Amino acid sequence: MRLFVAALIAGLVLSLASLVWSQPDPSVAKHTAGDKKSGYVYAEPQTRAIQDDDFTNPGFLWIDKGRTLWTRVDGTMGKSCAACHGADAVELKGVAAHYPKYDAKLGKLIDIEQRINLERTDKMGAPAFAWESEDLLAMTAFVKLQSRGMPVDVATGGPAHPFWLKGKQYYETRRGQLDMACAQCHVQNGNRKLRTETLSQGQTNGFPTYRLSWETLGSVQRRFRECNSQIRAEPEPYGSDDYIALELYVASRGQGLPVESPSVRK
Amino acid sequence: MRLSPSRSRLSRRRALALGAGAALALAAGFKPRAALATPDDVKKWLAGIGPGSPQGGKVTIGAPEIAENGNTVPITITVDSPMTEANYVKTIWMAADGNPAPGVARFDLTPANGEAHVEFRIRLAQTENVIAVAQLSDGSLWTASRPVKVTIGGCGG
Amino acid sequence: MASVETRLKVPSAAKKGEIVQIKTLASHPMVSGQTKDSNGKPIPRDIINTFTCSYNGKQVFKMMLEPAISANPFIAFPLRADQTGTLDFVWVDDNGAVYKDSAQITVT
Repeated sequence: MRLFVAALIAGLVLSLASLVWSQPDPSVAKHTAGDKKSGYVYAEPQTRAIQDDDFTNPGFLWIDKGRTLWTRVDGTMGKSCAACHGADAVELKGVAAHYPKYDAKLGKLIDIEQRINLERTDKMGAPAFAWESEDLLAMTAFVKLQSRGMPVDVATGGPAHPFWLKGKQYYETRRGQLDMACAQCHVQNGNRKLRTETLSQGQTNGFPTYRLSWETLGSVQRRFRECNSQIRAEPEPYGSDDYIALELYVASRGQGLPVESPSVRK
Repeated sequence: MRLSPSRSRLSRRRALALGAGAALALAAGFKPRAALATPDDVKKWLAGIGPGSPQGGKVTIGAPEIAENGNTVPITITVDSPMTEANYVKTIWMAADGNPAPGVARFDLTPANGEAHVEFRIRLAQTENVIAVAQLSDGSLWTASRPVKVTIGGCGG
Repeated sequence: MASVETRLKVPSAAKKGEIVQIKTLASHPMVSGQTKDSNGKPIPRDIINTFTCSYNGKQVFKMMLEPAISANPFIAFPLRADQTGTLDFVWVDDNGAVYKDSAQITVT
């Protein structure tokens, strides 16, 4: 009888303990949407602190540059971004949260970097910024900042649907010498340990991100290329159809998560 | 941004990291890598600071227990001092004993600072100790040391 | 980044004797000299090696940086607000290039 009571008490203590341990951390509640968790949740407290302070966040060095580029006259039409969109970019609030997006005129899916470049070539007569150039990173970060805190909200149906399906297929296809698919790390083994690292869900709501390992701001496609290299697959060129489609699919996996650009990650 | 020294969050994580740190230290012995500072280098660096052996005390180092990434490790150094003209911290040095070279930074303060406290971000090549030495206006030297674990990310990142 | 950009966080006003926190950020890759290019050749060291802050012309804080300081150096330190005036910040790199920024503080 005594043994039974002891076991009962032990069981109660253990279940209470596990209840306490599995309590969601209130400090990251803003960075989740149901089951979805931003990369912020997987970061160390010191890394989060760097992101949370707009001064200490090195991403803001690019925001400052983006702000300067915004008002700079560029191209044959003698305009700056501010000339059409306003000096403080308030008009752009919420815009980036819907990208990648289907563009009816072009008949294809485009991401926010491509939209920025289209505005430059079509509306300003200015040359497009090169992929992953400092200027494009700065402008992308600045534009996405206007959606910061707002939920990622991409359309996956309608004309965007075939691209979304293509992205989903890419995500679930094994590739590279290690013969791995995105889904294997980020879905099947999400939240499990790979050496000392906890595998995240691979969310992209924080891009462009100041990655500590890059010691600089980088785009989501830079990360895709790096993921490809890490499983020994040939990285695709920036702006490939696969990557734009993948951007949409991965963004939809984080639907509802707040835009955190420019985030700080490991 | 004041760092709190050692936050215990998930003890499981710490245990894993400790194990990983130990494994890393073992593995490091078998892998060829860039030349790193030897204990002699650190001694030479310390001798270069000036005569006298630093005493323990007055100096507090704030650092993460486990660095998210060795490229950017946030550090704070605080020295207990009134920072008056008569009694202030003149210089603070920081070294890391497992980097290619031990020296990390040197700070020259004045009573105008009001407090002896600095915040900066450093690179750590591996799990190692960060060492701070402070020289007061009376010439005395004080020191503190703190281990920081630097782990390898899962995908080599 | 091609050019070094600097950011300052300095309170615009403070009470006499109040200790304020000064925060600075400078964009610079801080090439340590330990990394190699794609041909295996070491990339030469190129870092910001000195940072100073002067308060109404008098130096109040100096930092000597080594390659072990992270890229985009973040440097924060306290300052006792004594008099209204100008805070001048100077960063110097290995090539002797000098980057400057300044802020005003009103002390009452």
